[in-house]
Amino acid sequence: MPTNWRLASRRTALAQRAAIVQAIREFFVQRDYLEVETPQRIPAPAPESHIDAVPADGWFLHTSPELCMKRLLAAGYPRIFQICHCWRKGERGRYHFPEFTLLEWYSAGSNYHDLMSDCEALVQHVARAMGQGEELVYQGQRISLSTPWPRISVREAFSCYARLSMAEAIEHDCFDEVMVRDIEPHLGVPSPTFLYDYPAQRGALARLRADDPSVAERVELYIGGLELANGFSELIDAGEQRARFVQEEAYRRSLGRNPYPLPENFLTELPEMPPTAGIALGVDRLVMLLVNAATIDEVMAFTPEEL
Amino acid sequence: MYTVSDLRKGLTIVVDGEPYVVTSFEFVKPGKGQALYRTRLRNMLSGVVIDKTYRSGEALESASLEQRKMQYLYKDEHNYYFMDTASYEQVGIAAEAMGDAPNYLIDNLMVDVLFFRGQAIGINVPTFVNLHVTQSAPWAKGDTSGADSKVVTVETGYQIRVPPFVQEGDLIQIDTRTGTYITRVKE
Repeated sequence: MPTNWRLASRRTALAQRAAIVQAIREFFVQRDYLEVETPQRIPAPAPESHIDAVPADGWFLHTSPELCMKRLLAAGYPRIFQICHCWRKGERGRYHFPEFTLLEWYSAGSNYHDLMSDCEALVQHVARAMGQGEELVYQGQRISLSTPWPRISVREAFSCYARLSMAEAIEHDCFDEVMVRDIEPHLGVPSPTFLYDYPAQRGALARLRADDPSVAERVELYIGGLELANGFSELIDAGEQRARFVQEEAYRRSLGRNPYPLPENFLTELPEMPPTAGIALGVDRLVMLLVNAATIDEVMAFTPEEL
Repeated sequence: MYTVSDLRKGLTIVVDGEPYVVTSFEFVKPGKGQALYRTRLRNMLSGVVIDKTYRSGEALESASLEQRKMQYLYKDEHNYYFMDTASYEQVGIAAEAMGDAPNYLIDNLMVDVLFFRGQAIGINVPTFVNLHVTQSAPWAKGDTSGADSKVVTVETGYQIRVPPFVQEGDLIQIDTRTGTYITRVKE
């Protein structure tokens, strides 16, 4: 028995993980997406209120490949995907690693409803590749993958599951608490669930709905209580994007966070990006779901504490 | 004062003037939202369990508990009894207030007994304890959570996941904060 028996005991999960990553690649290649690799150390991350980048020799490790991938779109690459490591400072828990694997894809001409259909097809494809049928069991919960999956707006979710409305939760500054305590536990059982139309201030890079600018065209996918993916109809108005970045960066600095410069090259090229939808999916959590792991630790070769 | 980054199982804090022990906590972060810590707290006087959510950076009031080293003697139906080995004074603590400490309690173990306003309300076991394996269950077929490990029972009755080479009669070290196996100990 090797000295590191914990690592040895993860052999099955790591083999399944490799097969899942393979199936993801196959899915996108079959659909004419180009696989890209963008730098993971960048000078100017997108400022977002509650996501903090790790400084790296004057620059930062990216928290997602979003800005570089959008510059590719602006330069005429309409369908692209990437599987890469991302870093987010201070995030460690049952579902979080400070260094984790993200799958991100973009498709020009799509909107956030198209992304929901992509997610349905992708998860079904990967589940089939892993020998699973139309039904998954995750932590004792039966989940049917039969499509279409329910799509409910954030506003509806608050009125179904919470004691106060979405607007009241924002007014009382408890949106996240209510989401975590009262809403998320209901999502993704017995079917995967899409939650969409988030409050405008909770989608720094998302387009606002033309018919209701109080919400952003943002969607999250939940399966079995796990939050798996977050996507948008992308904001392509560079002036509006700059104003939102300035606001988010001011908030970050008010919390004493490491200041970021504004991503000027991205803002310069953004007007050339066609209307696009893009989404990021947590690969580690997809593996958790498909191998029925209770914690993210079980599907990673090394935990931060073991290094 | 503590901040939420000090949160750990067994931390004792004051909420509304009463001492609570953290029995579990979880880091959660809704998409693009702020980091939150969901905690489960047990009131050390009444045994009542509450759930409380803290934001990253929030301050927690530490409970000033007096600690005395005492020796575990025995238990009866309702209480666990401990003795001050210098003064021979004995105290009883209700079973409900013990949390998961009985998993690690063997006769004569020295523990920290916690006092709040003169009343014994709980104990802290050492971070690492050594216990003998009394029963090694056969490997459960279909156990996918780790095909290269197994569950054994130690002398307190506690069941724990260990590597397959651990045998009945072995002395093993356990981390009482997480309840997990650390290593085999030579006797």
